[in-house]
Amino acid sequence: MKKYILLLLILPALLFAESKYPDAKTIIQKVDANMTSKTQIVKSSMVIHNRRNVRTVTSISYTEGSHKSFSEYLSPEMEKGTKMLKLDDRLWIYSPSTDRTIQLSGHMLKQSVMGSDLSYEDMMEDRKLIDLYDAKITGDDTLGGRKTWIMELNAKVSDVSYEKRKMWIDVERLIPLKEELYAKSGQLLKKTIMSDVAKFGGRWYPKKINYKDMLKDGEGTDFIISDIKFDADIPDYIFSKASLKK
Amino acid sequence: MINFIFKAIWRDKNRSLLPIMVITIGVFLTIALSGYMRGVMGDMIDQTARFNTGHVKVMTKAYAKDKDQIPNDLAILGSDELTQSLEKQYPDYQWVERIRFGGLVDAPDAQGESKGQGASYGMAFEIFDKSSGEVERMNIPSAIVTGRVPQKAKEALIGDAFAKKLKLKIGDIITYMGTTMNGSMTFENFTISGTVRFGVEAMDNGAVIIDISDARRMLDMTDAAGEILGFSKDGVYFDDKAEKTETSFNAKYTNSKDEFAPVMYRLKDGSDMGAYLDYVDSFASMFVIIFVIIMSVVLWNTGLIAGLRRYQEFGIRLALGESKGHIYRTLMAEAMLVGIIGSVIGSALGISLVLFLQVHGINIGNLISGGTMMMPSVLRAKFTPDLLYIGFIPGLAAMVIGNMLSGIAIYKRETATLFKELEV
Repeated sequence: MKKYILLLLILPALLFAESKYPDAKTIIQKVDANMTSKTQIVKSSMVIHNRRNVRTVTSISYTEGSHKSFSEYLSPEMEKGTKMLKLDDRLWIYSPSTDRTIQLSGHMLKQSVMGSDLSYEDMMEDRKLIDLYDAKITGDDTLGGRKTWIMELNAKVSDVSYEKRKMWIDVERLIPLKEELYAKSGQLLKKTIMSDVAKFGGRWYPKKINYKDMLKDGEGTDFIISDIKFDADIPDYIFSKASLKK
Repeated sequence: MINFIFKAIWRDKNRSLLPIMVITIGVFLTIALSGYMRGVMGDMIDQTARFNTGHVKVMTKAYAKDKDQIPNDLAILGSDELTQSLEKQYPDYQWVERIRFGGLVDAPDAQGESKGQGASYGMAFEIFDKSSGEVERMNIPSAIVTGRVPQKAKEALIGDAFAKKLKLKIGDIITYMGTTMNGSMTFENFTISGTVRFGVEAMDNGAVIIDISDARRMLDMTDAAGEILGFSKDGVYFDDKAEKTETSFNAKYTNSKDEFAPVMYRLKDGSDMGAYLDYVDSFASMFVIIFVIIMSVVLWNTGLIAGLRRYQEFGIRLALGESKGHIYRTLMAEAMLVGIIGSVIGSALGISLVLFLQVHGINIGNLISGGTMMMPSVLRAKFTPDLLYIGFIPGLAAMVIGNMLSGIAIYKRETATLFKELEV
């Protein structure tokens, strides 16, 4: 009898704890809605902090959905004219100095892009979080004066780069402000910190993302967006191999 | 006296045959195994030095920490000046700059599309400058399967297995894709000048060997090098000499907190070879000690049996008035003579086998195919002057010690009981 009384006392508390946070799935869908779009045209700078120097690489990227992406590097001179095309899970790189187009696959996709803290896999991953992960809210926190939910995401498909993610989601703006990316073994592989959040059209979006490869020394790589257009028209020829050599 | 003893052991085969055989086998095994081990270990050390470590090697402290990852972003800057300084300070060594690099090698088809690609195991050294001796040091002429050594910029030697897999031939183009010293993406087309086979799978599949000037341009490493290797001009690695060089060089940078300050490692402590070197050093002496102990026990036992067999003889000699000391000394003289004969035969056989294996070797190419360890595919023994005594002295010592122990029994004989013992 005592057990039932105890259960009756605890049950409301448990129900209350459950209702403390909103539904994680709904939150993730809203985050996806903010971070992804039908198309994107992004002008950006990648500031790479090496152990000996700091390099800035600028590029323009065109993205359509989660399957098509085209990037052209604009500077510095060494990278100028280098282009990348992603179609589904295939990635081609064009080098103007050799006039060759090389397809990358396998372990090469895990290599760093231009010496940055981003891998080709990171750059290729545009799928919506809701399609890849099961989410649950595990707590709350305050980051830079902003209230966040701490969300834990566990992979529900096998072909993801990171088995587990921990995200700090801005409660009001519904965008991630911080993220930790884990391997299957539980090892922390990367950390990202989003800042300079601005409103583009009707959505909030971070203009600066610091990627830190936890297996490398250094201060990480800053990905700074100078211009972003959502849902702009992008001609089909952009996402063709022919455009690599243009 | 010697003639007399010689006749005695010659005519009484029971006295000499077994000990001579035991000593011969022991000495033979000591010399043959010592020579073989020295040869094999020496070859592995030599190959590691030539390909990887030099007799001494200079890197930056940061590069040395992660050297297995070939972190060219942490390479030595101002390498030419440092090399000149090393040449001036340590003229006993020949100093050479090298760059190792990883990346991707892609082979295009007729339409320029990828027809195959693989991970590259890149090595760049002075190929065009013949005075460096690098081409011979890296054993390139004998590793070439087809074609020739690169003679001009943008020519490369590639792994034979990789070439066969993609049906590449001399004159075809391959594209290298990798990362420069500054982290930029780099692409370079090379014309295949030849293919090489080293007997190491990783290299045969992905080796890209180019001149260091090409690597410097390609990897943005002007006046930079991943490693500066020093090779003793007499061609032989002496750990004491290398240690002195290492200590003297590193003393200048001990207090430097700059992670890019140069640091020198000698072959022994800059690679896994340290344990091998220690093993080579201790192997011969360890084997000799074991040999002496075992042989002494065996020969002691043989001596005891011989003592029993010659029990009557010693009794008669004592009865005739020969002193115990004299009998003991003649026994020792016999042992020495038997020891010398056994050791000479064992040494001759052992050295003959070592010399044979030094020339012909044992081909283990089939056994190590698929391996990733850098080791020679033909194992050879090596004759060194110490093999002349490394078995001889222990062989002699074992025989004498064995007989000294068993001969003590002579002193236990009582002349008063001799007639009773001899049943006269």
